[in-house]
Amino acid sequence: MSLDKATVLRVARLARLKVPDDRLEPLAAELNNILGWVEQLNEVDTDDVPPMTSVVSMKLRWRDDEVTDGGAVDDVLANAPEGENGFFAVPKVVE
Amino acid sequence: MAGLTDLTLAEARDKLAAGEVSARELTEAHIAAVEAARPLNAFVTETPERALAQAEASDARRRAGEAGVMEGVPVGIKDLFCTKGVLTTAGSHILDGFVPPYESTVTANLWKAGAVMLGKCNMDEFAMGSSNETSYYGPVENPWRRPGDNRSIVPGGSSGGSVAAVAARIALGATGTDTGGSIRQPAAFAGVVGLKPTYGRCSRFGVVAFASSLDQAGPITRTVRDAAIMLRGMAGFDPMDSTSVDKPVPDYEAALTGDIRGLKVGIPKEYRMDGMPAEIEALWQQGVEWLKAAGAEIRDISLPHTKYALPTYYIVAPAEASSNLARYDGVRYGLRVPGDDLIDMYENTRAEGFGAEVQRRVMIGTYVLSAGYYDAYYLKAQKLRTLIARDFETAFDDIDVVLTPTTPSAAFGAGEKSDDPIAMYLNDIFTVPASMSGLPGISVPAGFSDDGLPLGLQLIGRAFDEETVLRVAGVMEEAAGFDRRPENWWATS
Repeated sequence: MSLDKATVLRVARLARLKVPDDRLEPLAAELNNILGWVEQLNEVDTDDVPPMTSVVSMKLRWRDDEVTDGGAVDDVLANAPEGENGFFAVPKVVE
Repeated sequence: MAGLTDLTLAEARDKLAAGEVSARELTEAHIAAVEAARPLNAFVTETPERALAQAEASDARRRAGEAGVMEGVPVGIKDLFCTKGVLTTAGSHILDGFVPPYESTVTANLWKAGAVMLGKCNMDEFAMGSSNETSYYGPVENPWRRPGDNRSIVPGGSSGGSVAAVAARIALGATGTDTGGSIRQPAAFAGVVGLKPTYGRCSRFGVVAFASSLDQAGPITRTVRDAAIMLRGMAGFDPMDSTSVDKPVPDYEAALTGDIRGLKVGIPKEYRMDGMPAEIEALWQQGVEWLKAAGAEIRDISLPHTKYALPTYYIVAPAEASSNLARYDGVRYGLRVPGDDLIDMYENTRAEGFGAEVQRRVMIGTYVLSAGYYDAYYLKAQKLRTLIARDFETAFDDIDVVLTPTTPSAAFGAGEKSDDPIAMYLNDIFTVPASMSGLPGISVPAGFSDDGLPLGLQLIGRAFDEETVLRVAGVMEEAAGFDRRPENWWATS
């Protein structure tokens, strides 16, 4: 599989990365280089192999469904580039 | 007081316990050394005032008869660990000005054990890199240089600042994190000990996430004993990390008996790669001889899927990274670059905030997870991962530990590999398989390349058997007698 410029642009949009036009071609080449290299995995027959879901055999723990934390609005907002009235502020999304 | 910075962590601990030195004196000596070593660029943030306050509190605790396992020991903290009230950058522009309102569990454990923080160590951006050249805060210099040659050598990565600080004797130990080799590879490049524990041994809570199914914190020190002491101070069950394992933390130091008679050491034939430099091959053979002489049995083993570990890693890790790094949106913390609307603001922020390698991996990860490609890439890689882990499981039926080189070469010069991502990725060819399998691995300084740079040997153990790994590492360290140190070319005072 080989990525063309249009695919790179689509992936960049999905990844929310602005890629200038003149970078699309070089980026496509870089990504194709890496994807071409990982294609060697197709040499291995994995039809009957289960995908790994946990590297250490363990059962996920349960915990009680109760409030253990909260009331830390100031801490939560302390690092926000913009915060107003106890909320994160973003550019207008509703016209 | 150069004498105090030359102590090993264990020696410093013993002198503190005997009252021969105070935590304050030890810390002052290290703060001065950190300042004098600024040309190495090992620290993003120095925290001398905090260090002195912690040292004084440590001295007070000792007077009160309460001393933890790291009591009074000054260490560096990789800038991937959130430290409450102290800038945490992950080596990235996108975390500009981020001051965590909480503490990572690993660092909280260290402070509880009495350790003192000298500062936050430089690293490859979001731990993505093998040379520490992707940091927004500039590359770290390896304290080692080729004899008679003043060109910069990379310290490896991503825990490059941590290994440089330990090798340059400006910290007694430092935390690292290892996703595909980021503790072991730089440890080998800088002639220090780096231990990646079993996945689940150290909590990931408060560690900036790269690839969550692989990330694991561990100690970087100058000796195996020091690594044993520091791991005990870092490890432990943590309900805040769903993959943290609820097992008691042993006294790892007690495992250093020096006795490996009858222990079975596996030598995997698949690690003998085409084009392996003769000096790496010779060092590996030397390691075999050392362990044999100490009474271990050497067994040839096969790990048939070894060659697929690295390409598998370069699907799994970017996929998880693209998901984890989705949180950097210019809204909740760090950098914000304005845009015409919300999406434009996201795209501008991430394009400016992430460096080239991070963007490359986010793109790869987004692609392999995208509709129509998930099965061909991500699912395929997760199946390969099962096979890679099974290889080790089968091998460990007959052996106790695996011996391999840590890296396929010694450290290289700055800029030598930064144009070719795959050449850079190949640095981790010997470390990635254990990462994919969640197994503990250690790099021990064992010799030198023909051009005079340190080389490491790696030991890989069974899950949660850090004790055997450390025991064998201790024997190998003793046999190697690695006693050279980098010449101090960086001192500014």
